[in-house]
Amino acid sequence: MPSSDGPLLEAFDLHRTYGAVRVLCGVGVRLAAGETLAVVGPNGAGKTTLLRVLAGLTRPARGEVRVLGRPLHRGNHDARRSIGFLPHQSLLYDDLTVEENVVFAARLFGLPDPRRAARRILQELDLASRSRDRPRQLSRGLLQRAALARALVHAPSVLLLDEPFTGLDADGADRLGTVLRDRLAAGAAAVLVTHQLAEAWDLATCVGVLVAGRWALEGPREGALADFTPRWAAALHG
Amino acid sequence: MAEALRLALVIAAKDVRAELRNRTAILSASVFAALVLVIFYFSRDPTAVPAIVLAPSVLWVTFAFAAIVALNRAFTVEREHGAIDGLLLAPVPRGALFLGKYLANLAFVGVVQAVTLPLFVVFFNVDLGPALPGIIGTAVLATVGFVAVGTVFSAMAVRTRFAELMLPVLLLPFMVWPMRWAVEITARLLDGRPLSEMLGWLRLLALYDVVFLTLCIMVFGAVVDE
Repeated sequence: MPSSDGPLLEAFDLHRTYGAVRVLCGVGVRLAAGETLAVVGPNGAGKTTLLRVLAGLTRPARGEVRVLGRPLHRGNHDARRSIGFLPHQSLLYDDLTVEENVVFAARLFGLPDPRRAARRILQELDLASRSRDRPRQLSRGLLQRAALARALVHAPSVLLLDEPFTGLDADGADRLGTVLRDRLAAGAAAVLVTHQLAEAWDLATCVGVLVAGRWALEGPREGALADFTPRWAAALHG
Repeated sequence: MAEALRLALVIAAKDVRAELRNRTAILSASVFAALVLVIFYFSRDPTAVPAIVLAPSVLWVTFAFAAIVALNRAFTVEREHGAIDGLLLAPVPRGALFLGKYLANLAFVGVVQAVTLPLFVVFFNVDLGPALPGIIGTAVLATVGFVAVGTVFSAMAVRTRFAELMLPVLLLPFMVWPMRWAVEITARLLDGRPLSEMLGWLRLLALYDVVFLTLCIMVFGAVVDE
């Protein structure tokens, strides 16, 4: 995992529209190693679009994303190599086994020993015993773990995770928490989009409430979740 | 360059492995080709038009339609579970991504053509004999170009609501000329004409391949990226 003195992820003044609908209006993000931004907000607030812009999958109408100090664009493979993205969908192929899916991702990222890397992350996520199954044979929770394995196999330094705890049982959520803490301790940074702030609260170092494409509230996590909840509710309701 | 080729082979190998598991593209396209031949066989009047006159056109129409069925599958698999995002997120040059999908498509269409050709011989009672190497060569030359165009349009069509309808609408106009040249060559091959009579069309096919393969590599990034 590359180390960096500066921020791992920076985004300035991001704007994005879909037709006449303004989805992001001047959103900025800045995360250093070990930091986690938990993003909450109502449906349609622009959370998923923000993650896609940060991942380089959606081009902002205005603004810039920088990863490890370098602008994120199509040709910047070093920046792309640093990103691990977990969207709503699994990104897995139904006709490949879980292990083949993860090995394929490892090969795309140019890992020297893709099979070993795949087995390591599957072991880490307690999925080794199901590695020969096809994605369609997995339960929702196991599928989420397989998708996480795919997103994390190349040890990215910037983790962009959309509802990572969805479908996970208590054990699975604990294990994911442990994996993420290990990655953050090793110098990664993460953006966690969630509807259940309680799940991400312990991991978060900053919290952002996105409403109608703008930060309604953003800053370091302070105090307990119970203290934050009224501020969050106030931000949501303007 | 070596890295781009490695990535292209990784993507092509993934597609081939997936296709070997589900056989969707090859099986459906081969069955489709057989049905097209059956329809042509029963819809012609053998007393009015000899089989040998119709054969070249029938062969290439069947190749073209079957190829479209096979190409339709190319990016449908990438749409399922958003897998295309996984490819676009990775540090893969878009040229390598195109080449990977293209090589897999070329293999699928090649297999479908290899299945179609013996069926065509059976239905139309054509003695390919000495024309066989020439027909295979023509098929390769024509397929290289239109599969490149089909790969780009397949990536474009899959983003629309009616991908299965869009691909033929987009691709068929670009297949008219290579099909016409391939029919001309095949007719002369079956008639035992000398190679010198076909050189012009062979050159046109080669030119089509070079032009469209180059164009497709150049525009593919703009098609798949938002």
